[in-house]
Amino acid sequence: MPNTTLVLLIALLPLAAFILLGLWGKKLFSQSAGVIATVLILAATMLAWYTAYKYFFVYGNTAGIYQKIPLFSYSWLSFSPGMSIDMGIVLDPISAMMLVVVPFISLMVHVYSLAYLKGEERGAVYYAYLGLFTFAMLGLVLSANIFQLYFFWELVGVSSFLLIGFYYQKPSAVAAAKKAFIVTRFADLGFLIGILVLSSSANSFDFATIIQQLGNPQQAAAQSATAASFMGISALSWGVALVFMGGAGKSAMLPLHIWLPDAMEGPTPVSALIHAATMVVAGVFLVARLFLVFSMSPAVLQLVAYTGAGSAVFAAIIACTQTDIKRVLAYSTMSQIGFMMFALGISGKEGDAALGYTASMFHLFTHAMFKALLFLAAGSIIHFVHSNHMSNMGNLRKYMPVTHGVFLIACLAIAGIPPFAGFFSKEAILLAAFEQNKIIFYTALFTSGLTAFYMFRLYFKIFWGTTQSDYHSHGEGGAAMLLPLLLLGVASCAAGFIPFGNYVTLNGAVLPLHLHIGFSVAPVLLALAGIAVAAWLYKKANSRPAKLAAFMGSFYKWAAHKFYVDELYNYVTQKIIFNLIAKPAAWIDKNVVDGLVNFSGNSTVLASEKIKGWQSGKVQQYATYFLVGIVVLAVVFIYLRK
Amino acid sequence: MSTPGLYHLLFVSTALFFIGMYGFFTRRNLVTMLMSIELLLNSVNINFIAFNKYLWPNRLDGLFFTIFIIAIAAAEAAVAIAIIINLYRTRQSIDVQATETLKH
Repeated sequence: MPNTTLVLLIALLPLAAFILLGLWGKKLFSQSAGVIATVLILAATMLAWYTAYKYFFVYGNTAGIYQKIPLFSYSWLSFSPGMSIDMGIVLDPISAMMLVVVPFISLMVHVYSLAYLKGEERGAVYYAYLGLFTFAMLGLVLSANIFQLYFFWELVGVSSFLLIGFYYQKPSAVAAAKKAFIVTRFADLGFLIGILVLSSSANSFDFATIIQQLGNPQQAAAQSATAASFMGISALSWGVALVFMGGAGKSAMLPLHIWLPDAMEGPTPVSALIHAATMVVAGVFLVARLFLVFSMSPAVLQLVAYTGAGSAVFAAIIACTQTDIKRVLAYSTMSQIGFMMFALGISGKEGDAALGYTASMFHLFTHAMFKALLFLAAGSIIHFVHSNHMSNMGNLRKYMPVTHGVFLIACLAIAGIPPFAGFFSKEAILLAAFEQNKIIFYTALFTSGLTAFYMFRLYFKIFWGTTQSDYHSHGEGGAAMLLPLLLLGVASCAAGFIPFGNYVTLNGAVLPLHLHIGFSVAPVLLALAGIAVAAWLYKKANSRPAKLAAFMGSFYKWAAHKFYVDELYNYVTQKIIFNLIAKPAAWIDKNVVDGLVNFSGNSTVLASEKIKGWQSGKVQQYATYFLVGIVVLAVVFIYLRK
Repeated sequence: MSTPGLYHLLFVSTALFFIGMYGFFTRRNLVTMLMSIELLLNSVNINFIAFNKYLWPNRLDGLFFTIFIIAIAAAEAAVAIAIIINLYRTRQSIDVQATETLKH
């Protein structure tokens, strides 16, 4: 059986890094903060991989089925028998899979930041935040209790806020941090209500109990939850839809995606860790965790599927028009998470129909590798060029050969070209979509072609074309920057060959992922076509992109302005909510509430002004008051109160 | 010649009380005001003794109270005199108007 202490240490080592560097980092470890944090994360990664290895190959599998192993549970806050907030750890295929991904990406980012943030004055603070984030993310994936997951969910939100706003002297970074926090917090409001609805139906906060009570149509709790209805929708559907709202906020699904592109204001390694590989897939993870409950409500699953597919194609279109390299990657992240989300949405429960679930988790796994690689490579490029804008880049393959190589690998992986990692997971998703929902399948097919196009647009604009300025800069960055790139490059090549269906499936049994050569032809050809178009347009500087943009006309303009979603939000919040709700509320606060308080204060002052002369300091006057008082009392007691 | 009754005693004590009160309200000298307070206390003492004698002759509560008041008055006089001496040291006056600084 697993060693509980070791599993606990996985999450506690990053916490130790946070506490150590957060409390004494500036004074004691201002030079060595990065090394300390990296060593601690390295230890956590080793433990996590050891645990995952043990889970997948030694004790996790009983009679061909991967078990959910609750490791320990500490009842932290108990409401009633059964209803308690526990702090626990559960090992199952998806949490073990995340144990492979999260510490590894975090370690890569830690190593990379050693060089990227060299000379940064607040390096200790940065590493402390990274430690907090890693702790929260690991706690999130290991949670055995939905409320515990919610705590860690908010903790990753806070650490994301802190890291986006790391360059707090920049007003845009501060605004982006606030935006990310407020948007996800707004979504989490839905999540919290969803938690309460689900847990009151299941009478437990425990994941295992909730799934057992609500995930099975035969259970009385599930039957009553689907029967009880509010506004024509059953309690269970409300619950999972609201939980999905939280997931959509964290995973930047339409229409709650607006914070993700702005979050790119943070340091680039942070974007690689939080806003590409780990935190943004928390929503997918949440839906996967509660998948059996979600599957009780086909309507909500449809909602998940169409939100995912819509976000995928929406983000892909915007990504084609962006000029900031990190924003292109941000929209591509949103698009890929859309793939994971709709793969869950179309997944069934039994047998081959559950392919979507496995495919989604597979894509989460491979995407973490190649998207972290893309962001870290983009960090190297930005480090080299000192600009985020593609227009300042060009012909970089001459200057940065290693970065060029790994960036190409990552682009091929995300475009779905065999034999790179993205190919396998994307094929699995497309196959699942093909079998379940044709509309989503064609949307996804189109999006994957578009993905190849915009990724190679980025690639050709950065690495080909003409030199834009004399990059009289240092070289590519030291070993600390190149090593993570190379390791992630290897992972992006190799991750696809993992027989994922043997390990991570909905019911724990083996679900072999077949590769249908005939089926794969269309997506791969489409991706190749996308690459060819990108090469034709962007490999050498020419007037074709401008002509194409002119040909697209207003559609291009809309896409370049991100379909005016931000403006819509601004309109709704500033014109409608501010004017109709906030301003009257402010008026009431200022005039009625403050008025009452001021009135009591003012009247007290006024009355005391009037009567303060009575305190004259004259002893004999006081004696007179006393005498008068006595006389009055005497009269009252002798004559009036017989 | 008849022995004085309760009313005589009450008359004396009331007269004493109002003399004391008059003194307290009209004098400016703190020592005189203190003496007036002693008169007030002693008129109360006479009341206690008189009621004790005429209403409950076989009990001693009134006497005890009187002795108690005399003891308290002695202590109070000591404190008051000390205050007055200190006042004289700082203000060079024992006039009650010299004390009118503790006010609004």
